[in-house]
Amino acid sequence: MATTADTFQAHAEEHHHDADHKPGFFARWFMSTNHKDIGTLYLVFSIFAGIIGGAISGLMRWELAQPGIQILGQISLWLNGNTDMDQALHTWNVLITAHGLIMVFFVVMPATMGGFANWFVPLMIGAPDMAFPRMNNVAFWLTVAGFTSLMTSVFMPGGTAHGAGVGWTVYAPLSTTGSPGPAVDFAIFSLHLAGAGSIMSSINFITTIFNMRAPGMTLHKMPLFVWSVLVTAFLLLLALPVLAAAITMLITDRNFGTTFFDQSGGGDPVLYQHLFWFFGHPEVYIMIIPGFGMISQIVATFSRKPVFGYLGMAYAMVAIGVVGFVVWAHHMYTTGMSVNTKMYFTAATMVIAVPTGIKIFSWIATMWGGSLEFKSPLVWALGFIFLFTVGGVTGVVLANGGIDDNLQDTYYVVAHFHYVLSLGAVFSLFAGFYYWFPKMSGRMHSEFLAHLHFWVFFIGVNVVFFPQHFLGMNGMPRRYPDYAPAFKFWNEVSSYGYLIMATGMVIFFVNLVYAFTAGKKAAGNYWGEGATTLEWSLSSPPPFHQFETLPVIEEHHSHHNAIGDASTAGAH
Amino acid sequence: MANRNRRVGLIMVLVALAMLGLGFAAVPLYRLFCQVTGFAGTTQRATESQATDASQFAKSAGGPTISVRFDAQVERGMPWTFKPLQVTQTMAIGERDMAIFLAQNNSDRAVTGAATFNVVPEQTGSYFNKIQCFCFTEQTLQPHQSVRMPVIYYVDPKILDDPDTRDIQQITLSYTFHEVKKEG
Repeated sequence: MATTADTFQAHAEEHHHDADHKPGFFARWFMSTNHKDIGTLYLVFSIFAGIIGGAISGLMRWELAQPGIQILGQISLWLNGNTDMDQALHTWNVLITAHGLIMVFFVVMPATMGGFANWFVPLMIGAPDMAFPRMNNVAFWLTVAGFTSLMTSVFMPGGTAHGAGVGWTVYAPLSTTGSPGPAVDFAIFSLHLAGAGSIMSSINFITTIFNMRAPGMTLHKMPLFVWSVLVTAFLLLLALPVLAAAITMLITDRNFGTTFFDQSGGGDPVLYQHLFWFFGHPEVYIMIIPGFGMISQIVATFSRKPVFGYLGMAYAMVAIGVVGFVVWAHHMYTTGMSVNTKMYFTAATMVIAVPTGIKIFSWIATMWGGSLEFKSPLVWALGFIFLFTVGGVTGVVLANGGIDDNLQDTYYVVAHFHYVLSLGAVFSLFAGFYYWFPKMSGRMHSEFLAHLHFWVFFIGVNVVFFPQHFLGMNGMPRRYPDYAPAFKFWNEVSSYGYLIMATGMVIFFVNLVYAFTAGKKAAGNYWGEGATTLEWSLSSPPPFHQFETLPVIEEHHSHHNAIGDASTAGAH
Repeated sequence: MANRNRRVGLIMVLVALAMLGLGFAAVPLYRLFCQVTGFAGTTQRATESQATDASQFAKSAGGPTISVRFDAQVERGMPWTFKPLQVTQTMAIGERDMAIFLAQNNSDRAVTGAATFNVVPEQTGSYFNKIQCFCFTEQTLQPHQSVRMPVIYYVDPKILDDPDTRDIQQITLSYTFHEVKKEG
């Protein structure tokens, strides 16, 4: 196996002139059309946004560590220049809004669909680059512009005080008549920009995956990560325009006197909720499905087995995507739905547990009897499988219209969606990061630090979020900076958990510094024979332009030993 | 390859635009959906002849009764007093009845209002029929004018066939007046 991979590299060497000629710094990073460089830009951006979003959650846990008001006054003094209580409470809303929007649109999505998908979809399907490289670049900078707009909004007048205090859902009428001032307009505009960028990149992925697969790479031979990106791109393409329509109507309601969501003019604020969640529910799958893809690659690699039930795994993602579009009103059980409507949305929501279960059990079946190697990516992947399952189980609880009447807008919901996202999606990101970081950078990270990062982070996030189930079951509502003294104990525990988690993140950054300063040079396929997709047939980092001669995936081989085929193709 | 990419790319742009259009189309579609299904307690409009049919049915069915409670609100800041002149009315299902609301303009300027309305429990919306209502049009009150506003309505006997509604004994009809702001 290693020899064939070498043959292919040797082939790449012949083209060294064309393949590795890089433009100057500004042209390379600011006008980039290279999918790997754009992927790197997205990852750097995502980590940067993650630091800000994570710091905001630190402020929130600090405030919530004790009953009463701790630091909100200081933040409000800094932001608004006074210590008015109402303005301080508005500042709390600004914090939760910024945290939610940053984490969803500027951390998870840029990392999965921006970073890893840009880097590895073309490599895995044997394409030289994306179908529309220039549009790829535009999409990235739109995302950056969106983030800038969101950050600007924090310092703009937003009604009671500075900043947009409307929650990530931007519900009307709070976001229309309830929040005068440009802050909310800036926040909405930021969603427009990030949304436009995401639509562009999803069109790019769909076109790339449909048209630019190497000869012999049929849809049913594509690695599961590519499948996951294809499904996610379709979800983005179908869901984001609906959000764009809804928030455009918010803008006109706010500024141009329309009454789409204002009942005094014949509109209906509940319609906004329907539109938002028609986008919002697929959005949560947009954040997790690329993670499913990465976990499939990683589990197969470190079990040294092809993934169990390949077709079932691929179509489970398709099924999750399709059913994800017809369950949105389970976010709205308390808006006054009839029992029949609730029954439908309860049943439809629970149906999603079936394809999700197929995925979980197939990962376990992949590991069953495999020759497991507990390298850091696999450890993070196991963490993902466990935590995502916990979040999935509380999701099945919340899917029940009757139970949700009691639990909606409590910390139980907060715990649920952080288990699937902050723990699920983020664990898949770190799994993917440790899996591919040496491939992207050419330097090995420290496996010891990666494991240490895992254990500290794993303990930390569980200490943060598991007690929030108890708080929610006891009726502590979301979105308040203060709470009854009865909730003190578990809130304090949760805030200590944040400190543990933050320590884990320090280890992550130490590991990055280590890799770039003292890390060993990474071989082309540093994970060994379990890693069989096409990116492992290239050097680490891959040449600036790869696959100038397309690899050929031969008929009798299946996707999981594409490497041999690719290198044979290189040798021709 | 470039051509094939352009074609797939353009198809996907069209899909995105179609979804954008669907997002905006949701506004009239949602209104239509509420009117047709009585979703969110949207009441129905009936003609005289439909009302006559219903009342004949009511007589033949032996006349189980239902009670209607009235609720009247004005938007915050609107200078009107608006209240029902009766708290509840009880009538045979299918039989028409009239309720009177009193609206008074407390300000020194003419104020135009439009009323939004629904019924609770919401699933009775498709059975609550109005033959005449002040809420069908905008109402203008001159300074300090007060006006009695009638609603003529009946409850469709089909409410007795629906397992979700047959046990309901009281329907609350609620109105909220909103000020219609004239340009300039």
